Amino acid sequence: MITGAGIITGLGQGWTPNAAGFRAGRVAFRPVTLFDVSRQRVQMAAEVDLPSRLPEHRLTSRSEARLDRATRLLLWAVHEAWTQSGWTPSETLPFVLGTTSGGMNLGQALYRQAIETPHSHRQQPTRVLQYQPQLQALTVAEAFGFYGPITIIANACASGANAIGHAFELLRRRSAERVLTGGYEALCHLLFAGFDSLQALSPTRCRPFDAHRDGLALGEGAAVLALETLESARRRDAIILGEIVGYGASTDEHHLTQPHPKGDAALASMTAACASAQVGPDRVGYVNAHGTGTPLNDSAEASALNRWAGANAPSLRVSSTKSSVGHLLGAAGAVETVICLMALREQWLPPTSTIETPEPSCDFSIVRQPTDATFDYALTNSFGFGGANASLILRRWS
Amino acid sequence: MNPVFIRGAGAVSPAGWGLTALRQTLQERKAVPANEVSQPNWPHPLRVRNVPRPAARPAFITHPRLRRSSPIAQYAVGAALEALGNDAQNAAAGSFRLGIIFCAMAGCVTYSRRFYDEILKDPATASPLLFPETVFNAPASHLAALLGTRAINYTLVGDPGTFLQGIALAADWLLTDTVDRCLVVGAEELDWLVAEAFHLFDKDTIVGEGAGALYLASEPNGGIPIELKAVTTPRLLSSRQSRAETAKATRAELDLGEETDCLLCDGLQGINRWDADESAAWENWRGGRLSVKTICGEGLMAAAAWQCVTAVDSLNQQKYSGAAVSIVGTNQQAIAAQFGKRIAI
Repeated sequence: MITGAGIITGLGQGWTPNAAGFRAGRVAFRPVTLFDVSRQRVQMAAEVDLPSRLPEHRLTSRSEARLDRATRLLLWAVHEAWTQSGWTPSETLPFVLGTTSGGMNLGQALYRQAIETPHSHRQQPTRVLQYQPQLQALTVAEAFGFYGPITIIANACASGANAIGHAFELLRRRSAERVLTGGYEALCHLLFAGFDSLQALSPTRCRPFDAHRDGLALGEGAAVLALETLESARRRDAIILGEIVGYGASTDEHHLTQPHPKGDAALASMTAACASAQVGPDRVGYVNAHGTGTPLNDSAEASALNRWAGANAPSLRVSSTKSSVGHLLGAAGAVETVICLMALREQWLPPTSTIETPEPSCDFSIVRQPTDATFDYALTNSFGFGGANASLILRRWS
Repeated sequence: MNPVFIRGAGAVSPAGWGLTALRQTLQERKAVPANEVSQPNWPHPLRVRNVPRPAARPAFITHPRLRRSSPIAQYAVGAALEALGNDAQNAAAGSFRLGIIFCAMAGCVTYSRRFYDEILKDPATASPLLFPETVFNAPASHLAALLGTRAINYTLVGDPGTFLQGIALAADWLLTDTVDRCLVVGAEELDWLVAEAFHLFDKDTIVGEGAGALYLASEPNGGIPIELKAVTTPRLLSSRQSRAETAKATRAELDLGEETDCLLCDGLQGINRWDADESAAWENWRGGRLSVKTICGEGLMAAAAWQCVTAVDSLNQQKYSGAAVSIVGTNQQAIAAQFGKRIAI
């Protein structure tokens, strides 16, 4: 059961602005201000406007001053999920997170100072420590007063989905009664330049499933879910926002950065999620696709979705919300899970509003306009570098 | 609960490529000589323990995925293939679902530093060949590609205790029939940046590199059946509980009693500042004891893997009837594990 959800993206901080933005298909891209992109092919991303003050927390002012951008994003998402869930500090709350780069901004600063002024160690120990994802997670745990095991899954762009899937499995096999889980990612120069070097960034506009798509756009943010068993939620009279009911994961060994052209591993991951949820594709009313906007990803995913849905493909509704907030890498799966939760709870479909000419190989319908809908199940896909594939299925709670 | 067995173990370490090299070096109880690595614009070299070049070029290097791979990926593959033994071919043939759990702390730092260095010089010409290898899960991906496995594959990042979390997760996957067999690999690679980072905290620390791998299944192989007996709860090193308290509580949970025919593979590295709490927790230990890091260096996740590999190897070599691993991590958790021989009833 999901009893709390927190989100922060280029569309804003919190459920309300994000739900309104995704429902309308708003686009959050703007020129990058966080680092110098003047020598890059592409200069746009979906940066987050971090609120100037942090929400209420238990950290000392000294600890607060040390927080990097990634941890601040995570802290905002945790605060919203934590507050909504009504949880109180606990000794044994597992914390499962996904990220690809943790505090890479600190790692970059560490390196620059080490080569430019090696005699100066000022702030270097703090950078060494806070750069590490487990320290970022521990800091956030301290901020809210919980102290359970920390698990960081770094499965590239599937990290957030894998983290939520792992948390779901912990509950399903009764290894825990409650788990806090999600993903986070801050924009940094290394990642931006990395995707640019691969010519994976769109020099025009991120248009997932468009016939003329030419790349992805990057974003940043975090999303966190408070998950607990039904018994735990009922015992507390908690408000249940929705359910995670299925999780599937697979590995695409085709290439380090390219999916199998027919989407074999994507199909395996969706099929496994359906088996886990004990539902067929015909009952899934909406798919939040991985849909990066790169030619290779979207054609492989389209092939996988066509095969997965089979005869039901024409009635299947699919969109990619990366057209609104970009690819959040390690946070993508978590953010897109929260979008599915919003859509199920409020019964709308988030459009891919930037699409102009739909990719002709899609047998399914791509949601292009804000749309109200009645549906009970949503599936979200996350596929990453290294062939890490994960799919989650959510159910509307009524 | 159904048993989980260790079917194989492998290691790449400053002692050399292979478990035999590690075993022999540990038996001699003599620290591997340190090398020096230079930091740009800094006159004082840093001491490290590198993995020596292999006697012969490993055959796996010719695989298309591994030709340009980073050292960490090559160490991980070397250890994993040794742990799998002949089952590597069976995995590739799809005879069983092989899960992979790859664990790292510093991870793919060499290529990350090189790539970021290129960005600083001119981001427009930064190499697209380097960037994919900077991603934490690149080694796990290469390993899956080499073995041809499409089963679930996680990369876990954390302090060295994460390796034992990985073993516990592998056991869960086996017991819930998520996979048929599972590899757990811990690996690190050296770079002056890692050595420098440790020197910021303690100039006596000598970092090491390499990998260790355990191959787990629900059924034993033909040799001595080595069983995973327990992995303790990971105890967070937080402001609420001191490092000393977590170390003590972890030992108490393992509950080894007055066992004397048991080898403890601890995480001591011979530096009191880091060792004091773990030493105190195991003060009255009466069994055997081996501190792998004092021989091979602070190998972070690789060292945690060497500890486990050594524990399992001591049982395979019939030197002890039981073995335990204690890890009081760098900044995340204290955790321990116990291995033993399965006794037929």
